[in-house]
Amino acid sequence: MQPEQLQKHQEGRARRRRAIDRNFRRLGFFLTLSTLGILGILMLNLAMNGLARIDWQFMSSFPSRRAGEAGILSAWVGTLLLMLVTASAAIPFGVAAGIYLEEYAPKNRWTDFVEINIANLAGVPSILYGLMALGLFVYQFRFGQSLLSGGLALGCLVLPIVIVATRESLRTIPSGIREAAFALGATRWQAVWHHLLPYSTGGIATGVILAMSRAIGESAPLITIGALTFIAFLPPAPLISHAPFVSVDWLFSPFTALPIQMFNWVSRPGEEFQSNAAAAGLILMVITLSMNAAAILLRRRAQRNITW
Amino acid sequence: MEVFPRTSSRRLDKAVESFMVWVLRAGGWASVLVTFGIVITLVTESWPFFREVPLIRLFQDTMWTPLFAQPQYGIGALLAGTLVTTGVALLVAIPLGTILAIYLSEFAEPKFRDWVKPMLELLSAVPTVVYGYFALLTLTPILQKIFPDLPQFSMLSAGLMMGVMIVPYVTSLGEDAMRSVPMLLREGAFALGDGKLGVGLRVVFPGAFSGLAAAYVLAISRAVGETMIVAIAAGLQPKMTMNPLESAATVTAFIVQVSLGDLPHGSIGYQSIFAAGAALFLMTLGFNLAGHALRRRFHRAT
Amino acid sequence: MSISPENARQAIPESDASESKALPKVQIRGVNFFYGSHQVLRNVSMDVPALKVTALIGPSGCGKTTLLRCLNRMHDLYPGNRYEGSIQVQPDGTDILRSDMDPIQVRMRFGMVFQKPNPFPKSIYENVAYGLRLQGMNRRRDLDERVEKALREAALWEEVKSRLHQMAHNLSGGQQQRLCIARAIATDPDVVLFDEPTSALDPIATSKIEELIVELKKRVTVMIVTHNLQQAGRISDMTAFMYLGELVEFGETNRMFTNPTKPQTEDYISGRFG
Repeated sequence: MQPEQLQKHQEGRARRRRAIDRNFRRLGFFLTLSTLGILGILMLNLAMNGLARIDWQFMSSFPSRRAGEAGILSAWVGTLLLMLVTASAAIPFGVAAGIYLEEYAPKNRWTDFVEINIANLAGVPSILYGLMALGLFVYQFRFGQSLLSGGLALGCLVLPIVIVATRESLRTIPSGIREAAFALGATRWQAVWHHLLPYSTGGIATGVILAMSRAIGESAPLITIGALTFIAFLPPAPLISHAPFVSVDWLFSPFTALPIQMFNWVSRPGEEFQSNAAAAGLILMVITLSMNAAAILLRRRAQRNITW
Repeated sequence: MEVFPRTSSRRLDKAVESFMVWVLRAGGWASVLVTFGIVITLVTESWPFFREVPLIRLFQDTMWTPLFAQPQYGIGALLAGTLVTTGVALLVAIPLGTILAIYLSEFAEPKFRDWVKPMLELLSAVPTVVYGYFALLTLTPILQKIFPDLPQFSMLSAGLMMGVMIVPYVTSLGEDAMRSVPMLLREGAFALGDGKLGVGLRVVFPGAFSGLAAAYVLAISRAVGETMIVAIAAGLQPKMTMNPLESAATVTAFIVQVSLGDLPHGSIGYQSIFAAGAALFLMTLGFNLAGHALRRRFHRAT
Repeated sequence: MSISPENARQAIPESDASESKALPKVQIRGVNFFYGSHQVLRNVSMDVPALKVTALIGPSGCGKTTLLRCLNRMHDLYPGNRYEGSIQVQPDGTDILRSDMDPIQVRMRFGMVFQKPNPFPKSIYENVAYGLRLQGMNRRRDLDERVEKALREAALWEEVKSRLHQMAHNLSGGQQQRLCIARAIATDPDVVLFDEPTSALDPIATSKIEELIVELKKRVTVMIVTHNLQQAGRISDMTAFMYLGELVEFGETNRMFTNPTKPQTEDYISGRFG
């Protein structure tokens, strides 16, 4: 039996529950847009303060004590060369490690340890990579305060990102593919090379882009190894005009990078240096955000293209 | 009848296989070597410091001035800075991140969620110098309108900015955890006449708890290890204070400050940053292991 | 006087109880159900009698679970579903399929027990109290009373009375399902819906629950979806046989099983297909 009072009572409670849901939905939507809005405000702020500063002179000048004459030439060249070293270190080792852990490693305590280790490395503060690089690369290996030390530091930093991305993309491939390859007599490496890697390039590329994007924005490890902020010269060129046409002198050269330059300018009082900092920051944001956006789109495309 | 020339090409395949296994295993070792490198470096370079400075002074001294003529080794000053900035950051990130996680997991349309999640993750991809710039030059002036006595450098400003940066850690991992709670559990609550928020808070949230806890712990770890935002916006002078409206240096900011100066190999300054680094490593290691264990427990439970 | 389910129920005069037996509890009229553009239920009509056990049987995919879940508007939780027709609950005649009918309110009148036990990650006590709290009961004394009553009716009280505040997932599968039954009946619903409640349980747990259901029908109307023909034969008073979304035959269980009128019913019951 459903007497009137009980029905009214239940109706009241149901209505209240619906109202609570409605209000929370509004709150959640508002907070989501606000949080994303902060990103927009950041970009706007940088653009307002720094966009005007970006011109050919800015891109092609060295830093200077006079804010108006300063530029980011040494910074962006440094970033570029740095990324070359970072990529050369992180990508081969990262992909190899990912393949090994996902396809080869037996499930034992040692592998467990390695996995915990990688999870931990992903959470190690970036400045500790700088400290390691300072003690190990700069002094122990005598690479000095150079592009090599900096690039290796960043390479170690982003190594876990590449490893995890490689493993994840290999994991999405159903085991049936592997079994089919083995059943036809393929060795494990042949299965990987012919069947697994081709399908996982999308995921691996996504991971690599995210890793490099992270590396470009890092400054703490570089400060620690002594990347100086007033570099008014460029490292020696990697390519030279006479045999053997490739030089490694640049690896051992002091350097600066975009985030370092921005840090230096932020620390200087005065509006002009601040707009320099904003300009450098804007360039950094554009690079980082577009790399991340590219990675996201790539991931979507890779997921959509392959249907098992 | 043709006989496949199996044996010789097979031998080549096997050779390639052994070679590649060796190459790949070397890659696998790379990650172990990196950890090894970090630990060895921290230990060997900070060892002289800990040998000279009795451990008790780290807790007894009230100031952290290892480079002065009369050095003080109270690491509490640095830890206070880390604690307060992390605390402020978590006060922002955990409530906001959790609300967003519940909203995205229980309320939002799938298409909306698919776009919003990656965009939120962009927040954690912003270079930290940029956040530092924003905290110092834009956020601080705004805060100074609310707190007129706020100095140029403050832990409040740095902490709030860090909080925004950390929100994606909480939201992304938290939402993943909540979505893995099986629908069957929710249906039991809906069948009793509960609404979406009620089910979200009373059934999904507790059901996803170890996954959420993992997210919180990893967020803490990230906040503790953050360097640039605090170095730029909270100041580089160690100060023993718990007041977020003051400036102070964190463990990480101290390392930056010393690195900006001259650092001859083996000097006391050189050793002190490794000592600070060792302390930092132990702290974040603890949080990371806890987070990892919580995540494993969550995956086993669902 | 504040309204609580407790004192609202006390307002029922005794004499009406016997008259309500004549009126069917739930009247299902011309129900069609669409999942997207795919039609799952076709023109289903039946009168579910009060205080009896009505079983829904049929091969996989016939729509019996879909029909059950229409009664407490569970399909509203997922996008793309559409109801047509009416389902009236007596004696007030409320049509619960009306689009302006609040599903939350509907669900407070129906209890549901699912195929797999799904206790909340809470204590045994809190599981049973959940629905009571939702309906506004929060005085400790009242809750204690109702929780114990529900656990007794679910034949679980003796086994858990000393550990009410332990976590529910420590119970065995059969105990968890009885807990879910207690949870569903604690709020005194008009109808309790069982969706293959014993398919995940061992025979001993199954028979305990079957006994429970037979006891329950003295107080509430029961509808049960089951794959197990013998179970339907054992515990139900009325049986509805469904096939490909249509209600093929509906009648007293004894007659259906011994003398079905439709050939499809006979084929299914004798095991010629299923």
